[in-house]
Amino acid sequence: MIHSLFLINHSGDIFLEKHWKSVISRSVCDYFFEAREKAVDPENVPPVLQTPHHYLISIYRGKLFFLSVIQTEVAPLFVIEFLHRVADTIQDYFGECSEGIIKDNIVTVYELLEEMLDNGFPLATESNVLKEMIRPPTILRSVVNTLTGSSNVGDTLPTGQLSNVPWRRAGVKYTNNEAYFDVIEEIDAILDKSGTTVFAEIQGVIEACVRLTGMPDLTLSFMNPRLLDDVSFHPCVRFKRWESERVLSFIPPDGNFTLMNYHVSSQNLVAIPVYVKQSISFFETGPCGRLDITIGPKQTMGKTVENMMVTIHMPKAVLNANLTATQGTYTYDLTTKVLVWDIGKLNPQKLPNLRGSLSTQVGVPKPEDNPSLNIDLKIQQLAISGLKVSRLDMYGEKYKPFKGVKYLTKAGKFQVRT
Amino acid sequence: MLDSNKDSLKLEAMKRIVAMIARGKNASDLFPAVVKNVACKNIEVKKLVYVYLVRYAEEQQDLALLSISTFQRGLKDPNQLIRASALRVLSSIRVTIIVPIMMLAIKEAASDMSPYVRKTAAHAIPKLYSLDPEQKDQLIEVIEKLLADKTTLVAGSVVMAFEEVCPERIDLIHKNYRKLCNLLIDVEEWGQVVIINMLTRYARTQFLNPNINESLLEEGSGGDKTFYGSDEDEDEDEEEKEKNAEAPAMAKRKPYVMDPDHRLLLRNTKPLLQSRNAAVVMAVAQLYFHLAPKAEVGVIAKALVRLLRSHSEVQYVVLQNVATMTIKRRGMFEPYLKSFYIRSTDPTQIKVLKLEVLTNLANETNISTILREFQTYIKSMDKDFVAATIQAIGRCATNIGEVRDTCLNGLVQLLSNRDELVVAESVVVIKKLLQMQPEKHSDIIKHMAKLTDNIQVPMARASILWLIGEYCEHVPKIAPDVLRKMAKSFTNEEDIVKLQIINLAAKLYLTNSKQTKLLTQYVLNLAKYDQNYDIRDRARFIRQLIVPTEKSGALSKYAKKLFLALKPAPVLESPFKDRDHFQLGSLSHLLNAKAGGYQELPDWPEAAPDPSVRNVEVKDSVRAVGTVPEWTKCSSREKRKEKKVEKPFYSDSEGESGPTESADSESDSASGSESGSGSEESGSGSESVESEEGSESEEEEEDEEEKNKKKKKKELKKPVQEIKLLSLFPVEPAPSPQVTPVNTFLSNSLVTDLEGLSLSDTVLSPATIAPSSALKNYELLHRITGEGLSVEYCFSRQPFSPDANMVAVQMQFTNNATSDTKNLHMEDVKLQSGMRVKEFPEIELLPAGETAAAVMGIDFCDSTQAANFQLCTHTKKFFVSIQPPVGELMRPIFLTENEFKKEQGES
Repeated sequence: MIHSLFLINHSGDIFLEKHWKSVISRSVCDYFFEAREKAVDPENVPPVLQTPHHYLISIYRGKLFFLSVIQTEVAPLFVIEFLHRVADTIQDYFGECSEGIIKDNIVTVYELLEEMLDNGFPLATESNVLKEMIRPPTILRSVVNTLTGSSNVGDTLPTGQLSNVPWRRAGVKYTNNEAYFDVIEEIDAILDKSGTTVFAEIQGVIEACVRLTGMPDLTLSFMNPRLLDDVSFHPCVRFKRWESERVLSFIPPDGNFTLMNYHVSSQNLVAIPVYVKQSISFFETGPCGRLDITIGPKQTMGKTVENMMVTIHMPKAVLNANLTATQGTYTYDLTTKVLVWDIGKLNPQKLPNLRGSLSTQVGVPKPEDNPSLNIDLKIQQLAISGLKVSRLDMYGEKYKPFKGVKYLTKAGKFQVRT
Repeated sequence: MLDSNKDSLKLEAMKRIVAMIARGKNASDLFPAVVKNVACKNIEVKKLVYVYLVRYAEEQQDLALLSISTFQRGLKDPNQLIRASALRVLSSIRVTIIVPIMMLAIKEAASDMSPYVRKTAAHAIPKLYSLDPEQKDQLIEVIEKLLADKTTLVAGSVVMAFEEVCPERIDLIHKNYRKLCNLLIDVEEWGQVVIINMLTRYARTQFLNPNINESLLEEGSGGDKTFYGSDEDEDEDEEEKEKNAEAPAMAKRKPYVMDPDHRLLLRNTKPLLQSRNAAVVMAVAQLYFHLAPKAEVGVIAKALVRLLRSHSEVQYVVLQNVATMTIKRRGMFEPYLKSFYIRSTDPTQIKVLKLEVLTNLANETNISTILREFQTYIKSMDKDFVAATIQAIGRCATNIGEVRDTCLNGLVQLLSNRDELVVAESVVVIKKLLQMQPEKHSDIIKHMAKLTDNIQVPMARASILWLIGEYCEHVPKIAPDVLRKMAKSFTNEEDIVKLQIINLAAKLYLTNSKQTKLLTQYVLNLAKYDQNYDIRDRARFIRQLIVPTEKSGALSKYAKKLFLALKPAPVLESPFKDRDHFQLGSLSHLLNAKAGGYQELPDWPEAAPDPSVRNVEVKDSVRAVGTVPEWTKCSSREKRKEKKVEKPFYSDSEGESGPTESADSESDSASGSESGSGSEESGSGSESVESEEGSESEEEEEDEEEKNKKKKKKELKKPVQEIKLLSLFPVEPAPSPQVTPVNTFLSNSLVTDLEGLSLSDTVLSPATIAPSSALKNYELLHRITGEGLSVEYCFSRQPFSPDANMVAVQMQFTNNATSDTKNLHMEDVKLQSGMRVKEFPEIELLPAGETAAAVMGIDFCDSTQAANFQLCTHTKKFFVSIQPPVGELMRPIFLTENEFKKEQGES
């Protein structure tokens, strides 16, 4: 299984290594660096590489490469999924997953890695179990630690691994019992030049934050569960109940977790909240081009569209942009050739517009490909698919919890072709 | 600092050392100083010392031995977690001398009562195996033992060990197959991946190909059918004769019936498609792809498409697998065509893979949308991707005849593209397309000939020249002119172009020697003095071949045939063709090369091996007197199988059992007539108890089940018995003992129960029922958690005298500690509404090593909700709970036939 793990930063330095079996020399990473050179972008490095004696499987997260060394046949997704779980755990513990953070907490990270794998096979990957063994650092605790000299290693042993519900730790106690659910939907869409939808679907996720005492057994039901085309669950959800009654029945983990992911199929009509009128053209003669973009609300169900943002990857030949925006600000990054127009709130009375000229390199033929527009937006208090949570019931405990559901619609991979 | 007395200093030192290790710096000099601290009391220091030890023990074997005794002590610790961690570190120390110690430790841990320790033992097996492969045989024994384990905790780890140590010993799986299938859903996700992959291989060796009929139907001709249809007698005869014929022939006549175990596997893995873990989803997908009947494979498409929303690395792997699947099963992904549309923000490697999938999915109906989509891709800024798109268009054109012309026209338009790479790629693809039907397209060739002036990419130039040469008869006027131009620029061309110029010259010379003779001579002369020996060689060879001299041999006569032979058009194939001989989702499949340790996916067997090997023997309960009659045994086994199938999601039963079943059991006690349905409930109730007590030994579980079955039988039988008896002995008052002879076919224990029966109208006084010998003891408090105090309870099935509505619970307290326990009593009883408890009298003193008994009563209110309370001693409090199996909530009631009918009418 997984033999070793190397963490490599953007400039190619190995700053952490962990071996679960015998030690493998760092030189094995040279093959990876070679591939990294060859691929222009870090995203284009093949995730699986073959070297004479080992296989290298890597992921790219937060400007870091997590590179694992494999010696024998193993499902590549198994390794990739595990590496992402490592990154998630680090993020969960320290708030972010970056080189600086890992270097600051190198001992904790090392201990985490030690607990997560045994002989290369995953042992404890549930964050509730891990947190019982190795407590995450908090500001208060770090002050206490410097004073008393104790560390973050929990002195209890992981009882969670023994229970029937390994994702929940035992003996949870809160004074305020709360359960919050965020229904977040992302619209993935491709619109073509004329504004017609080439492809659109909705990807949703229910993020939960549950702080309840004891062993609560929750049931979450929807007004319209038929909408959901495809779902995937946290292991705590009882699949049988979903199959038969279309309700989510589960004993929740403690704290934040992703309860379920769902997909509303492209067969259903997807409401596109905004329309975009755009024209980007480059002139045959003279080194310039013209850009004109207007955005207006389309199907917003009466809600305001917020955090509107348009990102355009310009062709290499575009030197500069001289534009005026009726609302918001724009920036053009000369090195990466990315134009960002930050609009903010969309006002239906006065549609935001960005227009002006683009100057291109002299002597280079005009770029013939038109860049596509990537759109970002947020709509509070709306699930664009129309999904509604009808009720949340709790069994097994006596107290009354405070319950809350929040809806949010975002643009996922929302692209307008030109 | 390590020698310091203060733990905080030691800890600081250890932290620095571990940080050094993490950064990859050598810290081995400190080994002796660190090892000293292995017995340190501070658990934090201890953990860090373990980390250090595991890392450096291999390099400093002698010194590492100093620490072994600490771990050996740890292996005997009463706390299961300490036992487990000691075993884990001990087995991680890669020192060959301690192999025997490890072996011993593993063997002991494998029969530990804690499933967590057993899991650690399973983890230790591959470690030991990699250290000393000679231990294989002994390890296999341990694996065999652990495979029989019934807990979900162990299953994943032991299958992992199985895969690493003895993947060829498929016979070990037989007995555990059904259990693994049933446990699968509750195993932790990483274990699921390993088990599913293993079961895929297993199923390939044990079951028949579910698609065998279809493949035969495709082959089978109509003639066969009419023959069989015309004369059935003859058909039968033939069947007799051909009984020993090979399996496929039999399958043709007998409709294929899927082995129930095969079905079980498919059914139990299906819910896992909803897992959040991509690796699990992929594992199930490959299982379905390799094992499911064609009609059912479709279910995996949706889940795989979902994974495309995940991280780009996951997408990369999934797309590779989808690409392979689309070649075999195109229809499966067709509805999801649009999910493979490409966004400009995808990384190039993802774009290329999506393109591959789109190309594979193209057919007559969707080709127009796909081509329209391709058109937008061609405008992309990512030139590698554009090149790949052009290739894809070429492949669509070759595969689908209808659109060939459209594609060709589109590609020709691309020839006027400004980007040279695009043009070059188009030329290469057009060349391949034209080879299929050159006659119609002489104008395209002409057009391309003109391009030679502009295009600089060598590959494209070479392609054009080859085309002109090959089809020079279609463009008789242009060809010599092109050659003239080329001759002029010959010296400046790339090698690959030069070779094609020579080819062109040779071909023209053969077809149109009048115009081109001099030009050819010139080109060949130039080539003769070229720097590249390949070109010089080629020139010499061609000159000898085509220019007739007196010496030239027989070959030159055939020169024309040699050069202008019809060449077969190239077939544009997907690079993913035939990749499916590797197990999908495996590393080998991804690399398209066999990785170390890859287990081949075996072909389907021609005839199914004996399915009975998977039958698990029903261990006859030791306590059941005499033998269980054959018919009961069979039916109970069948029942069991059914039930297991119905209830794959164990954890469900706990949560649900309460509210849903309480209603049923209520009606039960109200009317005995429904005892049939009630007993079924009791079955499921006992199941939920089992799932709680995973660590309970197998025998007990089986006993329990068996018992329930019997009880069910009993209850079902009772009214029937009575009726029968009444009709048989209408006048006899028939006191109970006389019944026995009639019941000989029932088990003896049943008989003893029936002894209590009387046929009088009065309800049998419950006191006459002798406590059944098969009472099951449940554990309330374990010796270890209770710090020496262990408590067991059983439902004594005696009436609880203070309150008839209460169930009597017989408790047995054993004091295993060295000191006396005082004041044992109950406190803080937590109950569901309606439930009541009569506490047992306080036990004043329980001396060490003694046992005491007490009876308490609980009114469960006909529900299976647990009664929670605290068990208090003079020093400690323990939280415990009692949950009744439904069967224990019932009380036998006896009715006459008339009463029975009356009750039946009412309910």
